[in-house]
Amino acid sequence: MEQQVSGFAVKKGLAQMLKGGVIMDVVTAEHARIAEDAGAVAVMALERVPADIRASGGVARMSDPELILRIMETVSIPVMAKCRIGHFVEAQILEALGVDYIDESEVLTPADKAHHIYKHAFKVPFVCGCRNLGEALRRVGEGAAMIRTKGEAGTGDVVEAVRHARQVLGDIRTLQAVPEEEVMAFAKNLGAPYELCLEVRQTGRMPVVNFAAGGIATPADAALMMQLGVDGVFVGSGIFKSGDPAKRAAAIVKATTHYQDAKLLAEVSRNLGEPMVGRQISSIPEQDLIAKRGW
Amino acid sequence: MKIGVLALQGDFIEHRHSLDSLGAESVEVRLPGQLEGLDALIIPGGESTTIGKLMVAYGLLDALRAFAREKAIWGTCAGAILLSQDTGREQDLLHVMDIRIARNAFGRQVDSFETELHVPFLTPAEPPYHAVFIRAPIITEVFGRASALIKLEDGRVVAARQGKLLATSFHPELTQDTRFHRYFLEMAQLPHAE
Repeated sequence: MEQQVSGFAVKKGLAQMLKGGVIMDVVTAEHARIAEDAGAVAVMALERVPADIRASGGVARMSDPELILRIMETVSIPVMAKCRIGHFVEAQILEALGVDYIDESEVLTPADKAHHIYKHAFKVPFVCGCRNLGEALRRVGEGAAMIRTKGEAGTGDVVEAVRHARQVLGDIRTLQAVPEEEVMAFAKNLGAPYELCLEVRQTGRMPVVNFAAGGIATPADAALMMQLGVDGVFVGSGIFKSGDPAKRAAAIVKATTHYQDAKLLAEVSRNLGEPMVGRQISSIPEQDLIAKRGW
Repeated sequence: MKIGVLALQGDFIEHRHSLDSLGAESVEVRLPGQLEGLDALIIPGGESTTIGKLMVAYGLLDALRAFAREKAIWGTCAGAILLSQDTGREQDLLHVMDIRIARNAFGRQVDSFETELHVPFLTPAEPPYHAVFIRAPIITEVFGRASALIKLEDGRVVAARQGKLLATSFHPELTQDTRFHRYFLEMAQLPHAE
């Protein structure tokens, strides 16, 4: 019985286990426990939630390994952590810590303005953000085993998450209708690897699991993204920037499972306390938008 | 025959695809009422703590225990954990199979692996079965009415059966090989005495 460690099936497989679930941003071990108790499928360990990164400005980097390790010791569910776009040494450090997934994330300040990490070189799987199918398939080409639409992190405004999910899923539908002899030009226009375009055209779906992120703050937001056709949701600032994180977290978990059941959604949405205050994306200057990071 | 796939969280769609390719009818189960009229149920891979909590929230624990007394249930990975008596951690379980489980027994995600298993009871028994282990549990103890079905070379148990209940710590739904799903369908057709 020869063991083949961490082939792509195994990397992609963990993301398949997360489907239909909620991945929550946590900044302390205590948060991580609340998230696990609420039914999170995984936690994202970081020093500051995106809303605080946005507010404080400055350079946002990988979190302190000490914090990540404390969170790994606290929960039995998978632990993810973020590195900067292109910062492959932060990724090497996170892999050495034993995190279960790395998010090469636009929420942190990019370390490379032209290249993302070559993710096939790692045993640990990566998730990356995208705004359209071209960006998604470039990341998969580099070795990402999971994709999330970017939305606009730290705003509590779901409008960009919706736009990006509709864009990606719309691109897939368009590609399915393209005749085979036009796929090369389609791939060129999209800036996506040709072979992956052929695959998506045939299967009608993304080659890896696709979650939504960036602005999800309520059970209704989570169910909206699920009904649009994503496989699960990331909730960043929306939980621990709200009045009653434990209750809201549990409600978002239920809403993600029962996303088609309006009666049940009405029930879980009751009495959740104050949602995160949020910030309308239209009020944010163009140069401060996080989703534009990524190439 | 109609097979339910518990769809609270996890890779339930992959199980449905495997069942589709065998021509078996399947439905998604999220609430107790949806168990009615089913001949068997699959509990997929996913996060066992999440699935357990969602079972508790909508009364599925008791409904599934009653189901397990008459019908076939197969749990893969998280599903196997949920069928067990004990994981050494405090979490919501069905406690219907006489097995104890150690979660994440091989380590974290970087220790996930694929391997070939020799499984003589599959039809056909050759070629070896390609098994995918993801943050996989180990069956540390098999007692009472349960028996070990598959062991790794080092003796660790990765599949067990108890009457019409089946637990595997790997993921047949992640491969194109449907021999395990066929095995389960045959199991589900047996008369219900254990």
